[in-house]
Amino acid sequence: MPINYYIFLSIALFCIGIVGVLTRRNAIIIFMCIELMLNAVNLMFVAFSKMHHLAAGSGASTVGTDGQLFVFFIMVVAAAEVSVGLAIIVMMYRNIHSVDVNFLNRLKH
Amino acid sequence: MIALLLIVVPLVTGLLAFFFREEKTARSWALLSAIGTLTVSVLGLTVLKAPSNLNFSASWMSTIGSSFTIGLDGMGQLLCLLNAVAYVVILISTWNSSYRKANNFFGLLLLAQAGMMGVFLAMDALLFYFSWELALIPVYFLCSQWGGEKRIQVTFKFFVYTFLGSLLMLTGILFIYSHTQSFALEAFYNSNLPGAQQTWVFWLFFIAFAVKMPVFPFHTWQPDTYEQSPTAVTMVLSGIMVKMGVFGVLRWLLPVLPIASYSWGDLVSTLSVTGMLYASLIAMKQDDIKRLVAYSSIAHIGLMCLAIFSESQMSMQGVMIQMFNHGINIIGLWIVVELIERQFGTRKMSELGGLAAKAPAMAIMFVVIAFANIALPLTNAFIGEFLMFAGIYNSEVTQYNVVLAVLAGICIILAAVYTLNMIRKIFFGDAQLLTVKATDLRLNEKLALGILVVLILWAGIYPQPLLDLTSNITDAILNKSDVMHLIKK
Amino acid sequence: MKNALQLAYLVPLFPLLGFLINGLGRKSLSKGAIGVIGSGMILASFVVSLLMFLQVKEGNTIVAEYFNFIHVGKLSIPFAFQVDQLSSIFLLIITGVGFLIHVYSTSYMHEEPTEHFGRYFAYLNLFVFSMLLLVMGANYVIMFIGWEGVGLCSYLLIGFWFKKTAYNKAANKAFIMNRIGDLAFLIAIFWIIGKVGSVGYADVLQFAGDGSFSNKDLMGITLLLFIGATGKSAQIPLYTWLPDAMAGPTPVSALIHAATMVTAGIYMIARSNIMYTLSPVTLNIIAWIGLATALVAATIAMKQNDIKKVLAYSTVSQLGYMFLALGTGSYVAAVFHVMTHAFFKALLFLGSGSVIHAMGGEQDIRKMGGLSKYMKITNLTFLIGCIAIAGIPGFSGFFSKDEILAGAFGKSPVLYGIGLFTALLTAFYMFRLYATTFRGNFRGTHDQEHHLHESPAAITVPLLVLAVLSIVGGYIGIPEYMAHGAHRLSEFLEPVFASSNAIMEKHEISHSTEWMLTGVSSVLIIIVVLAAWKRFSSKPDLQDAEGFGKVLENKWYVDEIYDKVIVQPISRFAGFLTNVVERLVIDGVVNGVGRLVNYSGRQLRLLQSGQVGSYVLLMVFGILVVFVIQFFLRK
Repeated sequence: MPINYYIFLSIALFCIGIVGVLTRRNAIIIFMCIELMLNAVNLMFVAFSKMHHLAAGSGASTVGTDGQLFVFFIMVVAAAEVSVGLAIIVMMYRNIHSVDVNFLNRLKH
Repeated sequence: MIALLLIVVPLVTGLLAFFFREEKTARSWALLSAIGTLTVSVLGLTVLKAPSNLNFSASWMSTIGSSFTIGLDGMGQLLCLLNAVAYVVILISTWNSSYRKANNFFGLLLLAQAGMMGVFLAMDALLFYFSWELALIPVYFLCSQWGGEKRIQVTFKFFVYTFLGSLLMLTGILFIYSHTQSFALEAFYNSNLPGAQQTWVFWLFFIAFAVKMPVFPFHTWQPDTYEQSPTAVTMVLSGIMVKMGVFGVLRWLLPVLPIASYSWGDLVSTLSVTGMLYASLIAMKQDDIKRLVAYSSIAHIGLMCLAIFSESQMSMQGVMIQMFNHGINIIGLWIVVELIERQFGTRKMSELGGLAAKAPAMAIMFVVIAFANIALPLTNAFIGEFLMFAGIYNSEVTQYNVVLAVLAGICIILAAVYTLNMIRKIFFGDAQLLTVKATDLRLNEKLALGILVVLILWAGIYPQPLLDLTSNITDAILNKSDVMHLIKK
Repeated sequence: MKNALQLAYLVPLFPLLGFLINGLGRKSLSKGAIGVIGSGMILASFVVSLLMFLQVKEGNTIVAEYFNFIHVGKLSIPFAFQVDQLSSIFLLIITGVGFLIHVYSTSYMHEEPTEHFGRYFAYLNLFVFSMLLLVMGANYVIMFIGWEGVGLCSYLLIGFWFKKTAYNKAANKAFIMNRIGDLAFLIAIFWIIGKVGSVGYADVLQFAGDGSFSNKDLMGITLLLFIGATGKSAQIPLYTWLPDAMAGPTPVSALIHAATMVTAGIYMIARSNIMYTLSPVTLNIIAWIGLATALVAATIAMKQNDIKKVLAYSTVSQLGYMFLALGTGSYVAAVFHVMTHAFFKALLFLGSGSVIHAMGGEQDIRKMGGLSKYMKITNLTFLIGCIAIAGIPGFSGFFSKDEILAGAFGKSPVLYGIGLFTALLTAFYMFRLYATTFRGNFRGTHDQEHHLHESPAAITVPLLVLAVLSIVGGYIGIPEYMAHGAHRLSEFLEPVFASSNAIMEKHEISHSTEWMLTGVSSVLIIIVVLAAWKRFSSKPDLQDAEGFGKVLENKWYVDEIYDKVIVQPISRFAGFLTNVVERLVIDGVVNGVGRLVNYSGRQLRLLQSGQVGSYVLLMVFGILVVFVIQFFLRK
């Protein structure tokens, strides 16, 4: 399959994510959108990794694998982020009984 | 060892001082530390003056070409001695002042001393810069925490001025470093930058030092800061810290950038003379004693700056010992100012008067110090000013030497005008409402002023030891900054 | 006793000790002890000076180096004393007259509290110490130390009664005007350092004698030194401080402002005589300024009514005479007049002190009159002083003034004419002063009349000694035309002025001309004296002066002019700098920078809305911009 399809899909996912972050006010949905963007990137990494690996031929078995390595890093970071982020959201809900991020503008004062 | 101790003693005792919650303990500890530092400094001048004692080097950040190298030469000896003596005198004279959170106050004061020692000792540009900041930051806190009413605003001004200067200097240091790949003083001295680059770096350095000295028109932080700071801090600032600027020019500017110093010398001299006249005239109009002394200090420092850039042996020697003498004299003046302010709650001369009858000891001490400040012969400042003027008048690096000397000389007359008026308004005449119940000096104040008066007379009658101490380093600086020689080469 | 000269250091040391003892012990010592220490130390100095003088008289001189005062590179300034003919004469005057005035002071200042009595003697001793440094120094720097030292003591003593603001202002004025002259002196020293590389008299004068100075240098240096002298010796334009300096106690006026300190300028020029001889332009300037000062001060003295002010202006006038002598190259005459003037002017001042003492502090001569009845000794000695200063033949002033006038005649008859006119004025106002004070009827209050008395011995004995000196002092300088080889002072001073005399072109005046000049001037002076005596004994002018007299009474308004032309503009300019430049311009710029940072901070803060969405939006825009730059704008 040509790489183009992967790229289109990935960009589509990423844009959905951005639009979601920008437009939604629910913290949990924003969170999901961020995950979406991360996954779009992951998808891109994997696709390119595969492409480079094939292009290099069978002799160079390690070519392109670092892309996949990065995916793991991103997943780890995403997992950590989710755990911390969800905890923050829970705390936020406890304090202001809402998960609407527009209420969270106190820093500007 | 001596060199290291000079930094370590105030640094360590300063850090420890934060733990003495009791005010009295903290104060005694600080005095003890100051006496210790003085002892070390005197030992370095007398019995332990072998070079091995006076120099110290340890590897520090060797990968970037910087090392912890410190050393005491004649100029350093003199300024470290000033630093040490001044602290003892300051602490004795302010023995009766009470500070809230005294432990922090004395801790910061000692840290500032360690920083200044570092400045005077550093033989490495990066170390010099660190020490410079180490000296400034405690003073910033001291002013902003223990200062007068307008302290926040004034300290901010002080901070902006000096910090701006420091950053410019850092840029300059890094620029030279990019050529030498080493921060060592020797490497800087041998950097031999081309003329055009020297100009840029010259101004980067000079502005930092000019702010510190201060030279017109970078001076407006000074009267405000002196006015608002607690007097002990004012003494540190004007007695020792302004010498950092003069010292910086002597050690890090003139020998490192001789060509620019030569070609911009006339401009700097003009600024200095303008500043001297300007500050003297303004001093004549002041009613507040602190501001008057501050402006007179600007005029005196302007003379030192002028003398440095006349690049002659006499003026250089004059500057060296004048750094010491000016420190002694101005601290003496501040001590009396502080006494007056504490006793009467005012610094306005118009509200004072007739103190000579009520407090003769104070009057005598003040008159001696004030006359030393206007360079009466047989007091310390005469030697310095005489040599500086002689050097300026006979300077070979400028063709305006006579004009500069005469204009600067007018300040001698103006200095007499405002100083005598100050003496007259404070001490002579009839007692005013406030001064009727004046009391004379207490023991500790007598002791502090007595030490200063003895130093004033000693350095005025027999100055040769001081001159001998600094003659080698003067020659060395002049050799390095001798442009004529460079041009021939 | 050849080693008397080795004791040179003792001469200034005694007064210094006296200063220290009296200064530190002023609270614990009794008045008697203070007086004995103060006077005794000066007496000891006098004795040593006398011993040294005897040595010098035999032709021995000494330059004694004690320690290196300043040694920088090639410049070496030793702390050294020089005792030669010139300085030994001055030493005798300073310590001799100084001793008499100290003795006089023990009585005159007796009413002061002990502490201030001690302070007074400490200052007086310090003054003598500084003055001795001035004349004994072997180089210009030591001279300058003494030079400023006497200025300091003068300042302290003028403002001795420090509760009176007017006195303190007079003290400030004296010090500041002296400083103006001192600056010129200093610059001259720097100039000498630059050319000669040394400040020792021997080196500098040798250098000058060899003709190594260019004419421009010589003229510059001599003029600057002379400006220094105008400050200290109260010449135009820096003379106005001296009359104000009369605020000090009267013995101080006698010692500092008549006999010793104010003659420092003459000493300096006499000391550097070879440089002046080689610079005729400077000599001319000195002669004319001296003469102008003598004339102006004499005119002012005509209309003063304060007994001390009259004497002060007469001092200025006599100092002008001395400068006239220097300017005409008669250095010996100048030193001679310094000496005789020290005798009779100290006598007059001390006499006036005795009068003021008797009058309970009154100084206005219009309220005196007829005092000769009450104070016999004071009257007699004051009269001798007046005769001496007027220049009546036989008294000391006659010889020295005659010599000066003869020198002036040799240079130009115009100088002589004005000089003689000034001498006549001097005779006139001195006898106006004498007649108004001592003759006629007493015009004070009854209370004062009741208290009038002759002063005690401590006051009258110095008066008598000085009166004798005022008479005989002149006989060491009998002019050549009267008796051949009788000018012993001239012989004595010969070595000091030898090189100058060798160069100077002599204007020989025939003996008959000199006799004629002396005859004319003596007759004129005696006529004037008699006229003034007669006029003011019968009806002294008690009214305020009018017309031109008012101008004279107000000292030609010089003080007012200085105030308007110099002091006030400077003060206004300083005010402008303080209020406008410092506060608005420089501070304005600095604070403006601060305000700019503040303002831009406040505006930028609005971007921080706190809305997460807007941050992200900005971020996305930022990324888009980076993309656009990456892909489309990069070359």
